[in-house]
Amino acid sequence: MAQYLILIYEDEAGYVAGGQAATDRAMREHTAFGEKNGPSLRGGNALQPVGTATSVRSDSAGGFTVTDGPFAETKEALGGYYLVEAANLDEAIAIAKEVPAPFGGVEVRPIMTFE
Amino acid sequence: MRTAEVAAAVADAHRREWAFVLAATVRVTRDLDVAEECVQEAYARALTAWADEGIPARPGGWLTTVARRRAIDLLRRDAALRRSLPLLIEDEAAPGPEDEVTSPSGPRPGSRPRMPALDLADLPVVEGAADDRLRLIFTCCHPALAPEARVALTLRLLCGLTTAEVARAFLVSEPTMAARITRAKKKITAARIPYRVPPPTELPDRVDAVLTVVHLLFTTGHTAPAGADLVRRDLVERALDLARMLRLLLPDDPDVAGLLALILLTDARAAGRVGPDGRLLLLAEQDRAQWDRAAIDEGIALVREGLRRRGPGHGPGRLPGRYPLMAAIAAVHSGSPSWADTDWREIVGLYGLLAARWPSPVVALNRAVAVGFANGPAAGLAALDDLAAEPQLAGYGYLPAARADFLRQLGRPGEARLAYEEALTLTDNSVERDFLATRLRQLDQP
Repeated sequence: MAQYLILIYEDEAGYVAGGQAATDRAMREHTAFGEKNGPSLRGGNALQPVGTATSVRSDSAGGFTVTDGPFAETKEALGGYYLVEAANLDEAIAIAKEVPAPFGGVEVRPIMTFE
Repeated sequence: MRTAEVAAAVADAHRREWAFVLAATVRVTRDLDVAEECVQEAYARALTAWADEGIPARPGGWLTTVARRRAIDLLRRDAALRRSLPLLIEDEAAPGPEDEVTSPSGPRPGSRPRMPALDLADLPVVEGAADDRLRLIFTCCHPALAPEARVALTLRLLCGLTTAEVARAFLVSEPTMAARITRAKKKITAARIPYRVPPPTELPDRVDAVLTVVHLLFTTGHTAPAGADLVRRDLVERALDLARMLRLLLPDDPDVAGLLALILLTDARAAGRVGPDGRLLLLAEQDRAQWDRAAIDEGIALVREGLRRRGPGHGPGRLPGRYPLMAAIAAVHSGSPSWADTDWREIVGLYGLLAARWPSPVVALNRAVAVGFANGPAAGLAALDDLAAEPQLAGYGYLPAARADFLRQLGRPGEARLAYEEALTLTDNSVERDFLATRLRQLDQP
Protein backbone atom coordinates (compact mmCIF):
# COMPACT_ATOMS: atom_id res chain seq x y z
CA MET A 1 0.00 0.00 0.00
CA ALA A 2 1.04 3.59 -0.53
CA GLN A 3 -0.24 7.00 0.39
CA TYR A 4 -1.38 9.71 -1.98
CA LEU A 5 -2.30 13.32 -1.37
CA ILE A 6 -5.37 14.40 -3.31
CA LEU A 7 -5.21 18.19 -3.71
CA ILE A 8 -8.47 19.93 -4.48
CA TYR A 9 -8.17 22.91 -6.80
CA GLU A 10 -11.27 24.99 -7.38
CA ASP A 11 -12.29 28.42 -8.60
CA GLU A 12 -13.50 30.10 -5.43
CA ALA A 13 -15.71 32.39 -7.51
CA GLY A 14 -17.97 29.37 -8.05
CA TYR A 15 -18.79 29.17 -4.34
CA VAL A 16 -19.23 32.95 -4.11
CA ALA A 17 -21.68 32.92 -7.01
CA GLY A 18 -23.44 29.78 -5.74
CA GLY A 19 -23.97 31.27 -2.28
CA GLN A 20 -24.92 29.27 0.78
CA ALA A 21 -26.63 26.59 -1.34
CA ALA A 22 -23.35 25.74 -3.09
CA THR A 23 -21.47 25.57 0.20
CA ASP A 24 -24.15 23.39 1.83
CA ARG A 25 -24.15 21.07 -1.13
CA ALA A 26 -20.35 20.75 -1.04
CA MET A 27 -20.52 19.95 2.68
CA ARG A 28 -23.06 17.19 2.05
CA GLU A 29 -21.00 15.77 -0.80
CA HIS A 30 -17.78 15.77 1.19
CA THR A 31 -19.55 14.07 4.10
CA ALA A 32 -20.87 11.40 1.73
CA PHE A 33 -17.40 11.00 0.19
CA GLY A 34 -15.90 10.57 3.67
CA GLU A 35 -18.45 7.94 4.65
CA LYS A 36 -17.97 5.98 1.47
CA ASN A 37 -14.18 6.12 1.46
CA GLY A 38 -13.58 6.09 5.21
CA PRO A 39 -11.32 3.02 5.23
CA SER A 40 -8.95 4.64 2.71
CA LEU A 41 -8.80 8.09 4.31
CA ARG A 42 -5.80 8.98 6.44
CA GLY A 43 -6.54 12.66 6.77
CA GLY A 44 -7.93 15.72 5.07
CA ASN A 45 -8.84 19.33 5.58
CA ALA A 46 -10.52 22.25 3.90
CA LEU A 47 -8.47 25.44 3.69
CA GLN A 48 -9.58 29.01 4.31
CA PRO A 49 -10.04 30.99 1.07
CA VAL A 50 -6.90 31.87 -0.88
CA GLY A 51 -7.32 35.51 0.23
CA THR A 52 -5.99 34.44 3.63
CA ALA A 53 -2.75 33.00 2.19
CA THR A 54 0.69 34.36 3.06
CA SER A 55 3.81 33.39 1.13
CA VAL A 56 7.23 33.29 2.70
CA ARG A 57 10.37 33.07 0.54
CA SER A 58 13.98 33.29 1.53
CA ASP A 59 15.76 36.16 -0.18
CA SER A 60 19.31 36.45 -1.46
CA ALA A 61 20.40 38.51 1.57
CA GLY A 62 19.80 35.64 3.97
CA GLY A 63 16.47 37.00 5.16
CA PHE A 64 12.88 36.38 4.18
CA THR A 65 10.29 38.11 2.08
CA VAL A 66 6.78 37.77 3.41
CA THR A 67 4.01 38.59 0.94
CA ASP A 68 0.26 38.53 0.88
CA GLY A 69 -1.21 35.86 -1.41
CA PRO A 70 -0.61 32.28 -2.57
CA PHE A 71 2.69 30.98 -3.94
CA ALA A 72 1.30 30.89 -7.47
CA GLU A 73 -1.66 32.92 -8.66
CA THR A 74 -3.98 30.62 -10.60
CA LYS A 75 -7.65 30.68 -11.45
CA GLU A 76 -8.15 27.47 -9.49
CA ALA A 77 -6.62 27.63 -6.02
CA LEU A 78 -5.77 24.88 -3.59
CA GLY A 79 -8.81 24.71 -1.33
CA GLY A 80 -8.37 21.44 0.53
CA TYR A 81 -6.88 17.98 0.47
CA TYR A 82 -7.34 14.36 1.42
CA LEU A 83 -4.58 11.96 2.39
CA VAL A 84 -5.56 8.49 1.18
CA GLU A 85 -4.07 5.02 1.23
CA ALA A 86 -4.28 2.94 -1.94
CA ALA A 87 -2.61 -0.12 -3.43
CA ASN A 88 -1.65 1.68 -6.62
CA LEU A 89 -2.28 4.75 -8.75
CA ASP A 90 -5.40 3.25 -10.36
CA GLU A 91 -7.01 2.86 -6.94
CA ALA A 92 -5.99 6.39 -5.96
CA ILE A 93 -7.43 7.76 -9.21
CA ALA A 94 -10.69 5.88 -8.58
CA ILE A 95 -10.94 7.60 -5.16
CA ALA A 96 -9.95 10.95 -6.68
CA LYS A 97 -12.82 10.70 -9.17
CA GLU A 98 -15.24 10.65 -6.22
CA VAL A 99 -13.83 13.75 -4.52
CA PRO A 100 -16.38 16.57 -4.93
CA ALA A 101 -14.83 19.45 -6.87
CA PRO A 102 -17.67 21.10 -8.82
CA PHE A 103 -15.66 24.25 -9.63
CA GLY A 104 -12.36 22.66 -10.58
CA GLY A 105 -10.61 19.33 -10.17
CA VAL A 106 -8.09 17.42 -8.14
CA GLU A 107 -4.43 16.49 -8.42
CA VAL A 108 -3.12 13.14 -7.20
CA ARG A 109 0.42 13.09 -5.78
CA PRO A 110 2.17 10.05 -4.39
CA ILE A 111 3.70 10.57 -0.96
CA MET A 112 7.47 10.04 -0.97
CA THR A 113 8.69 7.37 1.42
CA PHE A 114 12.19 7.30 2.89
CA GLU A 115 13.78 4.07 4.00
CA MET B 1 25.64 -21.42 -39.93
CA ARG B 2 26.29 -18.39 -42.14
CA THR B 3 26.67 -15.07 -40.35
CA ALA B 4 24.18 -13.30 -42.59
CA GLU B 5 21.59 -15.97 -41.93
CA VAL B 6 22.07 -15.71 -38.17
CA ALA B 7 21.95 -11.91 -38.28
CA ALA B 8 18.69 -12.10 -40.23
CA ALA B 9 17.22 -14.57 -37.72
CA VAL B 10 18.20 -12.33 -34.80
CA ALA B 11 16.75 -9.27 -36.55
CA ASP B 12 13.55 -11.17 -37.22
CA ALA B 13 13.35 -12.32 -33.58
CA HIS B 14 13.97 -8.74 -32.51
CA ARG B 15 10.97 -7.56 -34.44
CA ARG B 16 8.66 -10.46 -33.60
CA GLU B 17 9.65 -11.41 -30.08
CA TRP B 18 11.03 -8.34 -28.32
CA ALA B 19 7.83 -7.56 -26.40
CA PHE B 20 7.35 -11.20 -25.45
CA VAL B 21 10.91 -11.59 -24.17
CA LEU B 22 10.93 -8.27 -22.33
CA ALA B 23 7.54 -8.81 -20.69
CA ALA B 24 8.59 -12.25 -19.48
CA THR B 25 11.86 -10.81 -18.12
CA VAL B 26 10.09 -7.95 -16.35
CA ARG B 27 8.26 -10.60 -14.36
CA VAL B 28 11.64 -11.62 -12.94
CA THR B 29 13.21 -8.20 -12.43
CA ARG B 30 10.11 -6.13 -11.73
CA ASP B 31 12.20 -3.29 -13.05
CA LEU B 32 12.01 -2.05 -16.64
CA ASP B 33 15.63 -0.86 -17.00
CA VAL B 34 17.23 -4.03 -15.66
CA ALA B 35 14.89 -6.14 -17.81
CA GLU B 36 15.77 -4.12 -20.92
CA GLU B 37 19.47 -4.53 -20.25
CA CYS B 38 19.10 -8.30 -19.86
CA VAL B 39 17.03 -8.62 -23.02
CA GLN B 40 19.56 -6.58 -25.00
CA GLU B 41 22.29 -8.92 -23.76
CA ALA B 42 20.25 -11.97 -24.73
CA TYR B 43 19.94 -10.65 -28.30
CA ALA B 44 23.66 -9.90 -28.40
CA ARG B 45 24.45 -13.42 -27.22
CA ALA B 46 22.09 -14.92 -29.78
CA LEU B 47 24.37 -13.59 -32.55
CA THR B 48 27.27 -15.79 -31.45
CA ALA B 49 25.35 -18.68 -29.85
CA TRP B 50 23.09 -19.23 -32.86
CA ALA B 51 26.12 -19.17 -35.16
CA ASP B 52 27.65 -22.01 -33.13
CA GLU B 53 24.61 -24.04 -32.15
CA GLY B 54 22.16 -23.22 -34.92
CA ILE B 55 18.98 -21.19 -34.78
CA PRO B 56 16.66 -22.54 -32.08
CA ALA B 57 13.22 -23.84 -33.01
CA ARG B 58 11.60 -21.28 -30.73
CA PRO B 59 13.82 -18.18 -30.81
CA GLY B 60 11.52 -16.34 -28.41
CA GLY B 61 11.77 -19.12 -25.84
CA TRP B 62 15.56 -19.25 -26.18
CA LEU B 63 15.89 -15.49 -25.77
CA THR B 64 13.51 -15.45 -22.82
CA THR B 65 15.42 -18.16 -20.98
CA VAL B 66 18.75 -16.41 -21.54
CA ALA B 67 17.39 -13.00 -20.56
CA ARG B 68 15.73 -14.35 -17.42
CA ARG B 69 18.86 -16.28 -16.37
CA ARG B 70 20.89 -13.14 -16.85
CA ALA B 71 18.39 -11.18 -14.74
CA ILE B 72 18.57 -13.75 -11.96
CA ASP B 73 22.39 -13.69 -12.02
CA LEU B 74 22.47 -9.93 -11.97
CA LEU B 75 20.05 -9.59 -9.10
CA ARG B 76 21.63 -12.39 -7.08
CA ARG B 77 25.10 -10.91 -7.48
CA ASP B 78 24.00 -7.43 -6.62
CA ALA B 79 21.82 -7.70 -3.56
CA ALA B 80 22.18 -3.98 -2.97
CA LEU B 81 20.78 -3.28 -6.42
CA ARG B 82 17.83 -5.50 -5.60
CA ARG B 83 17.06 -3.63 -2.44
CA SER B 84 17.39 -0.22 -4.04
CA LEU B 85 15.12 -0.89 -7.00
CA PRO B 86 11.71 0.68 -6.78
CA LEU B 87 9.76 -2.32 -7.99
CA LEU B 88 6.84 -2.36 -10.35
CA ILE B 89 3.55 -2.85 -8.59
CA GLU B 90 1.84 -5.97 -9.78
CA ASP B 91 -1.79 -6.79 -9.30
CA GLU B 92 -2.06 -8.44 -5.90
CA ALA B 93 -5.40 -9.95 -6.80
CA ALA B 94 -3.94 -11.90 -9.70
CA PRO B 95 -0.60 -13.42 -8.76
CA GLY B 96 1.58 -14.72 -11.53
CA PRO B 97 3.12 -18.19 -11.50
CA GLU B 98 6.28 -16.98 -9.75
CA ASP B 99 4.49 -15.19 -6.96
CA GLU B 100 3.08 -18.42 -5.54
CA VAL B 101 6.59 -19.67 -5.01
CA THR B 102 7.95 -16.51 -3.46
CA SER B 103 5.45 -15.48 -0.86
CA PRO B 104 4.04 -18.51 0.89
CA SER B 105 2.99 -16.33 3.81
CA GLY B 106 1.29 -13.82 1.56
CA PRO B 107 2.32 -10.20 1.20
CA ARG B 108 2.68 -8.34 4.44
CA PRO B 109 0.57 -5.19 4.45
CA GLY B 110 2.70 -2.12 4.02
CA SER B 111 5.80 -4.11 3.12
CA ARG B 112 7.84 -3.45 0.02
CA PRO B 113 6.82 -5.69 -2.82
CA ARG B 114 8.91 -8.82 -2.68
CA MET B 115 11.34 -9.96 -5.31
CA PRO B 116 10.31 -13.18 -6.95
CA ALA B 117 12.33 -16.27 -6.12
CA LEU B 118 15.74 -16.19 -7.74
CA ASP B 119 16.45 -19.91 -7.62
CA LEU B 120 14.17 -20.90 -10.45
CA ALA B 121 16.55 -20.97 -13.37
CA ASP B 122 13.86 -22.09 -15.76
CA LEU B 123 10.74 -20.25 -14.90
CA PRO B 124 7.63 -21.22 -16.81
CA VAL B 125 7.58 -19.16 -19.95
CA VAL B 126 4.42 -20.08 -21.75
CA GLU B 127 1.80 -19.77 -19.03
CA GLY B 128 0.60 -16.23 -18.72
CA ALA B 129 3.09 -15.05 -21.32
CA ALA B 130 0.41 -13.45 -23.45
CA ASP B 131 -0.83 -11.65 -20.37
CA ASP B 132 2.64 -10.33 -19.71
CA ARG B 133 2.72 -8.55 -23.04
CA LEU B 134 -0.67 -7.07 -22.24
CA ARG B 135 0.59 -5.91 -18.85
CA LEU B 136 3.47 -4.21 -20.58
CA ILE B 137 1.36 -2.41 -23.17
CA PHE B 138 -1.32 -1.31 -20.70
CA THR B 139 1.44 0.10 -18.49
CA CYS B 140 3.14 1.92 -21.38
CA CYS B 141 -0.20 3.42 -22.47
CA HIS B 142 -1.49 4.35 -19.00
CA PRO B 143 -3.58 7.53 -19.11
CA ALA B 144 -1.57 9.00 -16.21
CA LEU B 145 1.45 9.23 -18.57
CA ALA B 146 1.80 12.11 -21.01
CA PRO B 147 0.55 11.14 -24.51
CA GLU B 148 3.99 11.60 -26.12
CA ALA B 149 5.54 9.49 -23.34
CA ARG B 150 3.05 6.69 -24.03
CA VAL B 151 4.09 6.61 -27.67
CA ALA B 152 7.79 6.71 -26.78
CA LEU B 153 7.52 3.96 -24.16
CA THR B 154 5.52 1.77 -26.52
CA LEU B 155 8.16 2.07 -29.25
CA ARG B 156 10.95 1.50 -26.77
CA LEU B 157 9.51 -1.35 -24.69
CA LEU B 158 7.08 -3.11 -27.03
CA CYS B 159 8.95 -2.64 -30.31
CA GLY B 160 12.50 -2.60 -28.90
CA LEU B 161 13.55 0.60 -30.65
CA THR B 162 16.59 2.36 -29.21
CA THR B 163 16.15 5.79 -27.71
CA ALA B 164 17.96 7.25 -30.73
CA GLU B 165 15.51 5.55 -33.09
CA VAL B 166 12.50 6.76 -31.10
CA ALA B 167 13.96 10.28 -31.10
CA ARG B 168 14.42 10.17 -34.89
CA ALA B 169 10.86 8.90 -35.37
CA PHE B 170 9.48 11.96 -33.62
CA LEU B 171 12.06 14.45 -34.85
CA VAL B 172 13.32 15.42 -31.40
CA SER B 173 16.88 15.29 -30.09
CA GLU B 174 18.11 12.12 -28.43
CA PRO B 175 18.67 13.77 -25.00
CA THR B 176 15.12 15.16 -25.11
CA MET B 177 13.70 11.72 -25.87
CA ALA B 178 15.91 10.05 -23.26
CA ALA B 179 14.66 12.50 -20.64
CA ARG B 180 11.06 11.89 -21.69
CA ILE B 181 11.45 8.12 -21.37
CA THR B 182 13.32 8.34 -18.05
CA ARG B 183 10.70 10.63 -16.59
CA ALA B 184 7.87 8.30 -17.64
CA LYS B 185 9.61 5.25 -16.17
CA LYS B 186 10.19 7.13 -12.92
CA LYS B 187 6.54 8.04 -12.73
CA ILE B 188 5.50 4.41 -13.27
CA THR B 189 7.33 3.30 -10.14
CA ALA B 190 7.07 6.45 -7.99
CA ALA B 191 3.33 6.89 -8.52
CA ARG B 192 2.83 3.10 -8.52
CA ILE B 193 1.17 2.75 -11.90
CA PRO B 194 0.23 -0.92 -11.64
CA TYR B 195 1.89 -3.41 -13.99
CA ARG B 196 -1.25 -5.31 -14.84
CA VAL B 197 -4.13 -5.88 -17.18
CA PRO B 198 -6.89 -3.52 -15.99
CA PRO B 199 -10.06 -4.99 -14.50
CA PRO B 200 -13.04 -5.47 -16.87
CA THR B 201 -14.80 -2.28 -15.73
CA GLU B 202 -11.84 -0.18 -16.84
CA LEU B 203 -10.91 -2.26 -19.86
CA PRO B 204 -12.84 -0.43 -22.64
CA ASP B 205 -11.30 2.95 -21.75
CA ARG B 206 -7.85 1.47 -21.32
CA VAL B 207 -8.00 -0.47 -24.58
CA ASP B 208 -9.02 2.77 -26.24
CA ALA B 209 -5.93 4.48 -24.78
CA VAL B 210 -3.73 1.70 -26.23
CA LEU B 211 -5.42 1.88 -29.63
CA THR B 212 -4.98 5.66 -29.66
CA VAL B 213 -1.22 5.21 -29.30
CA VAL B 214 -1.05 2.63 -32.09
CA HIS B 215 -3.27 4.74 -34.35
CA LEU B 216 -1.13 7.82 -33.71
CA LEU B 217 1.98 5.83 -34.65
CA PHE B 218 0.30 4.74 -37.84
CA THR B 219 -0.95 8.19 -38.85
CA THR B 220 2.44 9.73 -38.06
CA GLY B 221 4.03 7.15 -40.33
CA HIS B 222 1.37 7.29 -43.02
CA THR B 223 1.71 11.03 -43.59
CA ALA B 224 4.87 12.30 -41.98
CA PRO B 225 4.19 15.76 -40.51
CA ALA B 226 7.42 17.12 -41.97
CA GLY B 227 10.26 16.00 -44.15
CA ALA B 228 10.91 14.82 -47.66
CA ASP B 229 9.11 11.45 -47.57
CA LEU B 230 5.36 11.19 -47.47
CA VAL B 231 5.43 7.87 -45.64
CA ARG B 232 7.63 6.81 -42.72
CA ARG B 233 7.67 3.12 -43.54
CA ASP B 234 9.29 2.12 -40.22
CA LEU B 235 6.50 3.65 -38.14
CA VAL B 236 3.79 2.13 -40.34
CA GLU B 237 5.36 -1.32 -39.92
CA ARG B 238 5.60 -0.91 -36.14
CA ALA B 239 1.98 0.18 -35.90
CA LEU B 240 0.93 -2.83 -37.98
CA ASP B 241 3.01 -5.18 -35.79
CA LEU B 242 1.45 -3.73 -32.64
CA ALA B 243 -2.08 -3.98 -34.04
CA ARG B 244 -1.45 -7.62 -34.96
CA MET B 245 -0.10 -8.31 -31.48
CA LEU B 246 -3.17 -6.75 -29.88
CA ARG B 247 -5.44 -8.73 -32.17
CA LEU B 248 -3.68 -11.90 -30.99
CA LEU B 249 -3.94 -10.92 -27.34
CA LEU B 250 -7.48 -9.47 -27.40
CA PRO B 251 -9.17 -11.53 -30.13
CA ASP B 252 -12.72 -10.69 -29.04
CA ASP B 253 -12.37 -6.91 -28.99
CA PRO B 254 -14.19 -5.33 -31.96
CA ASP B 255 -12.23 -2.08 -31.66
CA VAL B 256 -8.92 -3.94 -31.90
CA ALA B 257 -10.20 -5.74 -35.00
CA GLY B 258 -11.32 -2.35 -36.33
CA LEU B 259 -7.95 -0.69 -35.86
CA LEU B 260 -6.06 -3.58 -37.46
CA ALA B 261 -8.49 -3.43 -40.40
CA LEU B 262 -8.09 0.34 -40.69
CA ILE B 263 -4.30 0.06 -40.80
CA LEU B 264 -4.39 -2.79 -43.32
CA LEU B 265 -6.89 -1.09 -45.61
CA THR B 266 -5.20 2.31 -45.51
CA ASP B 267 -1.70 0.95 -45.91
CA ALA B 268 -2.82 -1.37 -48.72
CA ARG B 269 -3.11 1.73 -50.88
CA ALA B 270 0.38 3.02 -49.99
CA ALA B 271 2.00 1.86 -53.25
CA GLY B 272 -0.48 3.90 -55.27
CA ARG B 273 -0.30 7.12 -53.28
CA VAL B 274 2.82 8.61 -54.79
CA GLY B 275 3.47 8.78 -58.51
CA PRO B 276 6.78 7.79 -60.16
CA ASP B 277 7.87 11.44 -59.96
CA GLY B 278 7.22 11.53 -56.22
CA ARG B 279 4.01 13.48 -56.67
CA LEU B 280 1.09 12.83 -54.29
CA LEU B 281 -1.73 11.10 -56.16
CA LEU B 282 -5.36 11.56 -55.22
CA LEU B 283 -7.51 8.52 -54.61
CA ALA B 284 -9.17 9.39 -57.92
CA GLU B 285 -5.86 9.23 -59.83
CA GLN B 286 -4.41 6.12 -58.23
CA ASP B 287 -3.74 2.93 -60.16
CA ARG B 288 -5.79 0.47 -58.13
CA ALA B 289 -3.87 -2.48 -59.57
CA GLN B 290 -0.97 -1.35 -57.39
CA TRP B 291 -3.01 -1.77 -54.21
CA ASP B 292 -2.18 -4.71 -51.96
CA ARG B 293 -5.07 -7.06 -52.63
CA ALA B 294 -4.21 -9.53 -49.83
CA ALA B 295 -4.15 -6.75 -47.22
CA ILE B 296 -7.48 -5.41 -48.54
CA ASP B 297 -9.12 -8.85 -48.32
CA GLU B 298 -7.83 -9.32 -44.77
CA GLY B 299 -9.02 -5.85 -43.79
CA ILE B 300 -12.49 -6.30 -45.29
CA ALA B 301 -12.93 -9.62 -43.46
CA LEU B 302 -11.99 -7.90 -40.18
CA VAL B 303 -14.43 -5.04 -40.88
CA ARG B 304 -17.26 -7.52 -41.40
CA GLU B 305 -16.37 -9.28 -38.16
CA GLY B 306 -15.93 -6.05 -36.19
CA LEU B 307 -19.26 -4.58 -37.30
CA ARG B 308 -21.06 -7.83 -36.54
CA ARG B 309 -19.63 -8.17 -33.06
CA ARG B 310 -20.15 -5.14 -30.90
CA GLY B 311 -18.70 -5.41 -27.48
CA PRO B 312 -20.59 -4.50 -24.31
CA GLY B 313 -20.52 -0.89 -23.27
CA HIS B 314 -20.25 0.39 -26.79
CA GLY B 315 -22.90 3.09 -26.63
CA PRO B 316 -24.57 5.30 -27.45
CA GLY B 317 -27.24 3.22 -29.15
CA ARG B 318 -24.68 0.43 -29.47
CA LEU B 319 -22.99 2.01 -32.45
CA PRO B 320 -19.75 0.39 -33.53
CA GLY B 321 -16.64 2.13 -32.22
CA ARG B 322 -14.68 4.72 -34.15
CA TYR B 323 -12.02 2.34 -35.49
CA PRO B 324 -14.49 -0.21 -36.93
CA LEU B 325 -16.35 2.70 -38.56
CA MET B 326 -13.18 4.29 -39.96
CA ALA B 327 -12.16 0.87 -41.22
CA ALA B 328 -15.58 0.42 -42.84
CA ILE B 329 -15.09 3.70 -44.70
CA ALA B 330 -11.62 2.60 -45.82
CA ALA B 331 -13.16 -0.73 -46.90
CA VAL B 332 -15.65 1.04 -49.20
CA HIS B 333 -12.76 2.81 -50.96
CA SER B 334 -10.45 -0.20 -51.06
CA GLY B 335 -13.21 -2.53 -52.23
CA SER B 336 -14.34 -0.22 -55.03
CA PRO B 337 -13.04 -1.25 -58.48
CA SER B 338 -12.63 2.38 -59.56
CA TRP B 339 -13.02 5.95 -58.34
CA ALA B 340 -16.16 6.36 -60.43
CA ASP B 341 -17.73 3.29 -58.81
CA THR B 342 -17.20 4.60 -55.26
CA ASP B 343 -20.39 4.31 -53.22
CA TRP B 344 -20.37 7.87 -51.85
CA ARG B 345 -23.81 7.58 -50.26
CA GLU B 346 -22.53 4.66 -48.19
CA ILE B 347 -19.49 6.73 -47.22
CA VAL B 348 -21.61 9.74 -46.24
CA GLY B 349 -23.76 7.41 -44.12
CA LEU B 350 -20.73 5.88 -42.40
CA TYR B 351 -19.29 9.33 -41.68
CA GLY B 352 -22.66 10.24 -40.17
CA LEU B 353 -22.42 7.24 -37.82
CA LEU B 354 -18.83 8.12 -37.03
CA ALA B 355 -19.79 11.73 -36.22
CA ALA B 356 -22.45 10.40 -33.82
CA ARG B 357 -19.99 8.02 -32.17
CA TRP B 358 -16.97 10.29 -32.26
CA PRO B 359 -17.99 13.92 -32.73
CA SER B 360 -14.98 15.78 -34.12
CA PRO B 361 -14.52 18.66 -36.55
CA VAL B 362 -12.19 16.51 -38.66
CA VAL B 363 -14.88 13.83 -39.04
CA ALA B 364 -17.36 16.57 -39.99
CA LEU B 365 -14.86 17.84 -42.57
CA ASN B 366 -14.47 14.39 -44.13
CA ARG B 367 -18.23 13.95 -44.20
CA ALA B 368 -18.60 17.33 -45.95
CA VAL B 369 -16.09 16.26 -48.62
CA ALA B 370 -18.00 12.99 -49.12
CA VAL B 371 -21.25 14.98 -49.47
CA GLY B 372 -19.55 16.88 -52.29
CA PHE B 373 -18.77 13.65 -54.13
CA ALA B 374 -22.24 12.21 -53.50
CA ASN B 375 -24.29 15.31 -54.31
CA GLY B 376 -22.00 17.59 -56.33
CA PRO B 377 -19.45 20.34 -55.57
CA ALA B 378 -22.06 22.95 -54.63
CA ALA B 379 -23.46 20.70 -51.89
CA GLY B 380 -19.91 19.89 -50.75
CA LEU B 381 -18.92 23.55 -50.60
CA ALA B 382 -22.04 24.37 -48.59
CA ALA B 383 -21.24 21.56 -46.15
CA LEU B 384 -17.63 22.81 -45.83
CA ASP B 385 -18.75 26.40 -45.28
CA ASP B 386 -20.82 25.22 -42.32
CA LEU B 387 -17.50 24.28 -40.72
CA ALA B 388 -15.67 27.54 -41.47
CA ALA B 389 -16.19 28.89 -37.94
CA GLU B 390 -14.96 25.67 -36.25
CA PRO B 391 -11.99 26.82 -34.14
CA GLN B 392 -10.38 23.37 -34.15
CA LEU B 393 -10.14 23.46 -37.93
CA ALA B 394 -8.35 26.80 -38.00
CA GLY B 395 -4.84 25.88 -39.10
CA TYR B 396 -5.96 22.53 -40.52
CA GLY B 397 -4.80 22.55 -44.13
CA TYR B 398 -7.28 20.01 -45.47
CA LEU B 399 -10.20 22.43 -45.02
CA PRO B 400 -8.92 25.13 -47.43
CA ALA B 401 -7.57 22.40 -49.76
CA ALA B 402 -11.01 20.77 -49.99
CA ARG B 403 -12.73 24.14 -50.45
CA ALA B 404 -10.27 24.99 -53.20
CA ASP B 405 -11.11 21.79 -55.08
CA PHE B 406 -14.85 22.38 -54.95
CA LEU B 407 -14.39 26.05 -55.96
CA ARG B 408 -12.25 24.97 -58.91
CA GLN B 409 -14.92 22.49 -60.02
CA LEU B 410 -17.56 25.21 -59.72
CA GLY B 411 -15.52 27.47 -62.03
CA ARG B 412 -14.53 30.03 -59.38
CA PRO B 413 -10.73 30.13 -59.92
CA GLY B 414 -10.11 33.37 -58.00
CA GLU B 415 -11.52 31.99 -54.77
CA ALA B 416 -9.91 28.61 -55.45
CA ARG B 417 -6.52 30.33 -55.72
CA LEU B 418 -6.89 32.00 -52.33
CA ALA B 419 -7.92 28.71 -50.74
CA TYR B 420 -4.99 26.76 -52.27
CA GLU B 421 -2.60 29.46 -51.08
CA GLU B 422 -4.04 29.24 -47.58
CA ALA B 423 -3.64 25.43 -47.61
CA LEU B 424 -0.01 25.84 -48.72
CA THR B 425 0.78 27.91 -45.66
CA LEU B 426 -0.51 25.11 -43.43
CA THR B 427 1.62 22.07 -44.38
CA ASP B 428 5.33 21.42 -44.12
CA ASN B 429 5.25 18.07 -45.87
CA SER B 430 7.05 18.65 -49.16
CA VAL B 431 5.00 16.07 -51.11
CA GLU B 432 1.78 17.73 -49.99
CA ARG B 433 3.22 21.16 -50.79
CA ASP B 434 4.15 20.06 -54.31
CA PHE B 435 0.63 18.75 -54.85
CA LEU B 436 -0.96 22.04 -53.82
CA ALA B 437 1.52 24.07 -55.89
CA THR B 438 0.67 21.96 -58.96
CA ARG B 439 -3.04 22.56 -58.42
CA LEU B 440 -2.35 26.29 -58.18
CA ARG B 441 -0.45 26.29 -61.49
CA GLN B 442 -3.26 24.34 -63.16
CA LEU B 443 -5.65 27.18 -62.32
CA ASP B 444 -3.71 29.38 -64.74
CA GLN B 445 -4.09 26.95 -67.60
CA PRO B 446 -7.28 27.49 -69.55
